Amino acid sequence: MAPRISSFTDFLAGYAPDLLPGSMARRSPATGAEGAPWAPPGPSGHGGLTDLPHATTIVAATFDGGVVMAGDRRSTAGNMIAKKDVEKVFRSDEFSAIAIAGTASVGLEFVRLFAVELEHYEKMEGRSLSLEGKANRLATMIRGNIAAAMQGLAVVPLFAGYDEDTSKGRIFSYDVAGGPYEEYRFHSIGSGSVFARGSLKKLYQDGMSAQDVVKVCVQALYDAADDDSATGGPDLSRQIFPIVAVLDGDGFNRLSDSEAANVARAVVEERLQSPDGPKAPVE
Amino acid sequence: MPFYVSPEQVMKDKADYARKGIARGRSGVVIQYAGGILFVAPNPSRALHKISEIYDRIAFAAVGRYNEYENLRKAGVTYADVTGYQYDRRDVTARGIANWYAQQLGTIFTESNKPFEVEIIVAEAGENIDADQIYRITFDGSVADEHGFAAIGGQADQVATALKESYSPEMSLTEALSAALAALSAPAGASSAGTSSAGASSNGGDRPDMAPSQLEVAILDRTRSHRTFRRLAGARLEELLSEGRSAAAPSAEDPLAAGSDDTEIGPSAPSDGNPAPGTSTDPD
Repeated sequence: MAPRISSFTDFLAGYAPDLLPGSMARRSPATGAEGAPWAPPGPSGHGGLTDLPHATTIVAATFDGGVVMAGDRRSTAGNMIAKKDVEKVFRSDEFSAIAIAGTASVGLEFVRLFAVELEHYEKMEGRSLSLEGKANRLATMIRGNIAAAMQGLAVVPLFAGYDEDTSKGRIFSYDVAGGPYEEYRFHSIGSGSVFARGSLKKLYQDGMSAQDVVKVCVQALYDAADDDSATGGPDLSRQIFPIVAVLDGDGFNRLSDSEAANVARAVVEERLQSPDGPKAPVE
Repeated sequence: MPFYVSPEQVMKDKADYARKGIARGRSGVVIQYAGGILFVAPNPSRALHKISEIYDRIAFAAVGRYNEYENLRKAGVTYADVTGYQYDRRDVTARGIANWYAQQLGTIFTESNKPFEVEIIVAEAGENIDADQIYRITFDGSVADEHGFAAIGGQADQVATALKESYSPEMSLTEALSAALAALSAPAGASSAGTSSAGASSNGGDRPDMAPSQLEVAILDRTRSHRTFRRLAGARLEELLSEGRSAAAPSAEDPLAAGSDDTEIGPSAPSDGNPAPGTSTDPD
């Protein structure tokens, strides 16, 4: 007698596997031919998948009693900017957020599936999953996509949430084969993550307020955009600013457009005077 | 050795069996109010719910056998989540879920030896009170489209009659709760019919005010966005009950004051401390 576990993804895998993103449902692809069965028909042939839009840089950092997650707005397809105002940071439930880097289309499906997964469990069981439970669940889902990832449809999420048991913000990172790896203080993913992390290292301090951490995250995204062509900086002319979410005891709160604009404008103003941003003391 | 039993007799026996099982428990009530839809069911258990969330604006109430309606509830949640994931969240409707339940219950009633001893309500809070939907689905799969209020299980007819007297459109939450509680207490006063069920306590006779700890109360709050289902329990419920009592006591004479205040929500919402204005809608 096998109990039915309250997992939406597991249910879909049996009931309607075609609805699962990427190759989670297609563990034994019918297209047995070698090469990439996923390559769209096109003149580029083998390299087709790399031309799909990719989402880029995400940063997250904790503060006392919560965590901030922020993402730039650019997606790129090869050397083209595919979209200038894409959203990559999402509410996954009341106390957690998920952001994606990698293939944008598959990533969006994952985000949607993951949000339903958490809500489904909550409704079926009458309680929400623990934060670790959510993080582990996401790992399994990412691992299920590994065949597609090998074919170029990789998605790497960053997961952050407010842990109601310990009243702390926590960050979990992943690789294409799953995870989770818990990260402390701050983390970044995506093409500009190297530059963003360098920036976070110098600017982040323990005990910062939520507002300061928001500002540090936007600074880090600016630095990523400065050196990584696939990351978009604040676009003052088109009014496109980073998406910033704050998670604390009150739950998920995405900064309004005007709030995010104010932070981003302040950072841009500052950079007009000092293009490399705030200077850290040597000693 | 086999006997011939006419199909009419089989159906009738099954229906009687199911009816008897359903009437054994306590009633549940669903009632519309200005800010949404209120669900009330006497239920001493904190863990085994009779009222649950199905989707963003849709909730489920049931009476009868717990294992049977719990299975239906979980299937309904799955139906809703698959539909919402496949299409869009707005494409999940109470009508679709009610139809699905009707088909399941109808099939079970005709095809299996033992019918489900359940009666369920699927309700959806619309943008305004006219857009609300309440469907009552019985053990044989028939669906009733209810307006304003509905009662299921136990002495459902008497409860519905009592509700009919006290119901008025655009009630406040406090008024709706008072009306629901008065209606749920009605059968005990009318007759001593409260046969005890397995888990239910203090049957029939002289039931005082129902204690908050013995009630399961939830709302679909149409003013909220995203998930509108909220359970009302603990301090929030006691506050509403005492508001209802104090409004009933003076039995005021200005009906115009009623039904305008209600925007407060949820167990965690801070109370504004207003004593609820309004008239008594005490039926008996």
